[in-house]
Amino acid sequence: MAARRPDVPRATADPPAVRRALIAIALTFLALFLFIPLIAVFAEALGKGVGQYFAAITSSESLAAIRLTLMTAAIAVPLNVSFGLTAAWAIARFEFPGKQLLITVIDLPFSVSPVIAGMLFVLLLGIRTPIGGWLDDHNVRIIFAEPGIVLATIFVTFPFAARELIPIMQSVGSEEEQAAIVLGASGWQSFLRVTIPNVKWGLLYGMVLCNSRAMGEFGAVSVVSGHIRGHTNTMPLYVEILYNDYQFAAAFAVSSLLTMLAVATLVAKYFLERRVAPQVRLAAENQDVMEAAA
Amino acid sequence: MKRHRVLPGFGLTIGWTMFYLSIVVLVPLSTIFLKATSLSWTEFCVDVLAPRTIAAYKLSFGASTAGAFVDSIFGFVVAWTLVRYEFPLRRLVDVLIDLPFALPTSVAGITLTALYAENGWLGRWFTPFGLKVAFTPLGITVAMAFVGLPFIVRTIQPVLEDLEPEYEEAAATLGAGRLQTFRRVIFPTLLPALLTGFALAFARALGEYGSVVFISGNMPFRTEVVPLLIMSKLEQFDYPGATAIAVVMLAISFTILLGINGLQKWAGRRLMAS
Repeated sequence: MAARRPDVPRATADPPAVRRALIAIALTFLALFLFIPLIAVFAEALGKGVGQYFAAITSSESLAAIRLTLMTAAIAVPLNVSFGLTAAWAIARFEFPGKQLLITVIDLPFSVSPVIAGMLFVLLLGIRTPIGGWLDDHNVRIIFAEPGIVLATIFVTFPFAARELIPIMQSVGSEEEQAAIVLGASGWQSFLRVTIPNVKWGLLYGMVLCNSRAMGEFGAVSVVSGHIRGHTNTMPLYVEILYNDYQFAAAFAVSSLLTMLAVATLVAKYFLERRVAPQVRLAAENQDVMEAAA
Repeated sequence: MKRHRVLPGFGLTIGWTMFYLSIVVLVPLSTIFLKATSLSWTEFCVDVLAPRTIAAYKLSFGASTAGAFVDSIFGFVVAWTLVRYEFPLRRLVDVLIDLPFALPTSVAGITLTALYAENGWLGRWFTPFGLKVAFTPLGITVAMAFVGLPFIVRTIQPVLEDLEPEYEEAAATLGAGRLQTFRRVIFPTLLPALLTGFALAFARALGEYGSVVFISGNMPFRTEVVPLLIMSKLEQFDYPGATAIAVVMLAISFTILLGINGLQKWAGRRLMAS
């Protein structure tokens, strides 16, 4: 973040009235748009008392949903983070044709509507498809079952780790790794002892973002879940079921857990961004200097 | 880049990257296009040009545009105040901007619905004016503006931070008023970022499902956006119909993505030139 300039020359400072008006507009808008919803979740959750609140989040169905959400994230996040690491290594350390295209393609899942993302897996692995039919003959169900939820989650969270790690790996440069190799380290040793420590904040940042979306994804898992109550519900799906069942307080109680996760994610994001951003920025500046010198 | 040759692992990492990318993204994505080619041209058109589909597209485009427009105006003001002014709790406000990114969409959906229902905290202020927000296109716009806001703020913010004061100083020295400086110097510099943010917010709103499904009411022809229409076709096992509409939707999304890439290149060139 650029340094604030409290001593801005007068000619380029906005008149105090304008300044106050703009701050008022911004804060009013944000209050209505972000802060009130944030408070409303907890107000609605506790509307029927603390006893009801804890009863709602500790019901067996709620616990099943929490378990499935945690399990889904526990599979999707490590897979996508390890993909992010390998993709970043290949892209940041080597030159090959089609690199720019690869980076664009990695981002594709971001521009696919969640409903369509879920639908892809129904079309690929649903019971009426060749693969799905064959699997069904062998008593393996993917769509309308947990594996489908995991697959859809992997799809929608696919780019998160990679898009954080690629620029960081590029910015850190490979000099230290080359030194390690030249001094006799194996590829693995260099990776574990040099690369990972160098990109650790970016790695953690990617993990946090990936996890937040994995636990919160709704549209894509909604398509592949089949809404089997207490069986294939993640927390966001369970929120919908409770809400459609007119159990508003319970719906908001489960929502409050997800909201706490969201707030925790924002806090983590704040601290990690402060470590990651200067790293990337510094490297970008160094690169500019090198290019200018060349 | 010969010096990189000393590093091992290219074959292994690019191999795993391509393999994983293929099974997670490329194969599923190609399935839908394959499925679409199995439809006859008439089948395809019947679904894509059905009045209900057209109504859904109109609503989706209209509400997404309106939502992204609202975000552009207020997002601009928010980014401006966050970068230029000092006020209490500025840091906290800055952190909370990303809430719509982090909040699961179903939570956002039920919360906005509760708030904007006729007797809700915010909805009750509209009732005396005969305005209904929840279960109308207005509610859909609100939900879309909610999910799109961080895109605008976060694309404008860094450009505004990097804006050197020299240009503004020069403009002021040459006799420009503050408003003139804003209009002729600052705004043109921020325009590419604003357009990029608009496109990102629009694209997100177009595909949005969770935040919209609760507040929209899902009435065909009136409050049914495209992702909801696809969902209802899937629930009726009308896979060909869902495929036809989804392919059009994907084509639009990818076109927007290309547009955004183009915008960013343009913005990059402008920055280099200045």
